[in-house]
Amino acid sequence: MVEMRRPTESDATPSMAALLVAVGARRDVEAFEALFRHFAPRVKAYMARLAGDSHLAEELMQETMVAVWNKADRFDPAKGAASTWIFTIARNLRIDAFRRDNRPDFDPNDPAFVQDDVAPADEMFESQEVSAQLHLAMASLPEEQVALLKLAFFEDRSHSAIATSLNMPLGTVKSRLRLAFAKLRAALDRNGDAS
Amino acid sequence: MTIRHHLSDDLLVSYAAGSLAEGWSLAVATHLALCPECRKRLALAEDIGGELLDTAKASDDVTSSWAAVRQRLADPVAAEAPRAAPAGRREDGLPEPLRSYLGGDIDTLRWRSLGRGAYQIRIPTADSETQVRLLRIPAGKPVPEHGHGGRELTLVLTGSFADGDDLFARGDIEDADASLTHQPIATPGEDCICLAVTDAPLRFRSWIVRAIQPILGI
Repeated sequence: MVEMRRPTESDATPSMAALLVAVGARRDVEAFEALFRHFAPRVKAYMARLAGDSHLAEELMQETMVAVWNKADRFDPAKGAASTWIFTIARNLRIDAFRRDNRPDFDPNDPAFVQDDVAPADEMFESQEVSAQLHLAMASLPEEQVALLKLAFFEDRSHSAIATSLNMPLGTVKSRLRLAFAKLRAALDRNGDAS
Repeated sequence: MTIRHHLSDDLLVSYAAGSLAEGWSLAVATHLALCPECRKRLALAEDIGGELLDTAKASDDVTSSWAAVRQRLADPVAAEAPRAAPAGRREDGLPEPLRSYLGGDIDTLRWRSLGRGAYQIRIPTADSETQVRLLRIPAGKPVPEHGHGGRELTLVLTGSFADGDDLFARGDIEDADASLTHQPIATPGEDCICLAVTDAPLRFRSWIVRAIQPILGI
C-alpha cells in the first residue's frame, strides 16, 4: 500500500493550500506563520543559489513572503499547488533582481488568447491529488534526472551552460530532461484522467 | 485552430525556470497564448519547480526573519493598475505579449522592405543572446535567407508556410538548429507573417561573415 501523504503534512495539520486560502480569505496571521516557517527557508535557499551573499538572499526571501501575504487572495487551489504558486512568485522576483532582460508572459484576458478547451471544474481535489502524485513520481526518478532538474530550475543557467559545466553534450542534457518530463507526465496521466 | 507543432520540453523547462533569454521567451509566451495544450505542459513544468522548492533542504532558522516580516504585514499595498484594453484588439490579431512589443496590431505595423516582396520589423529586447524580428513573406515565396548558425524559432501568426512535408499555420512553432537545413516556403494564397527568433548572429558567424554583415544589412 502506497503512503500518499506529503512528508510535510499530517492529518492533524492543514495542507499548505488550505493555509494559503486562509491567508487570502481571512488575513489569517497564524496560517501565514505556518506557511512562512515551511517556505521561507526554502525560498531563501533558492535565492541564495544566485545571491550567495546571505543578506541579499534574506532580503529577496522577505520580499517573496510579503508578496505571498499580499497576493494570497489571488491563489486558486483548483489551479495548482501552493508550492507552485509560491515558486512562480519567487522566480519572478529573482528574475527582476538578477537579470537585465525581461520574461514576457501571456495575458489570459487578451482577445487573441485561445482559451482552454474544457473549463476546469471541481478541480480543487484533483489539483491536490496531482501534487501528491507528482511528489511520488519525482521521488522515483533516477538521481541523475532529479539533479539535472534541480540545476535547470535553481541555477539561472541555459541548458548549454549546464551541459558545459557537466562536461556533457547538449543533446544529452535535453534528452534527459525530456525523459524526466515524459516519466512525470506518464505517472500523472496513469493516475488521473488520461488525456 | 489545431496546432500541430509545439514547444519542446527543454524550452518549456527553461521558460518555467525563468532562465530563458527574453527573445526566446517572447516566442514561447506568444505560442503559449495560442496553445492550451502547451499551457498544460507549462503547468507541469511549474509544478516541478514548486515540488523542488517544497522539498529543498531548509537549514536556516527563520525566527528573526519572521519577526521582521510580521512587522510588514500591515503595510499598505500599492494597487496594481488594471491593464488598459487598447483599441483594435481582435481575435485573429497579434496575441500578447508580442503585440505590446510591436506597439500595435497587424494593420498598424511599419514594415521595412527586405526586397523581393518580403518585409521585416526588428523587435528590440534587453538580452544580447538573440535577434528577434517579425517577417512577412509573400504568398508562394521562400523565406528570405536570414542566415543563422545556431537555433531558430519560427512562430506563424498569419498565413502558413511549408517546410519539406511539414505545414506550419497560425500558432505552430518550428524549432530548427544549425544541423537542420530547411527552406520554408509561404503557402500560396496568403502572405505569411511569422515571428523569427535566432541566436544573435555575432556569436556564431565566422569573422568573414561578420565583416560583410553590415554591408548586407542582415
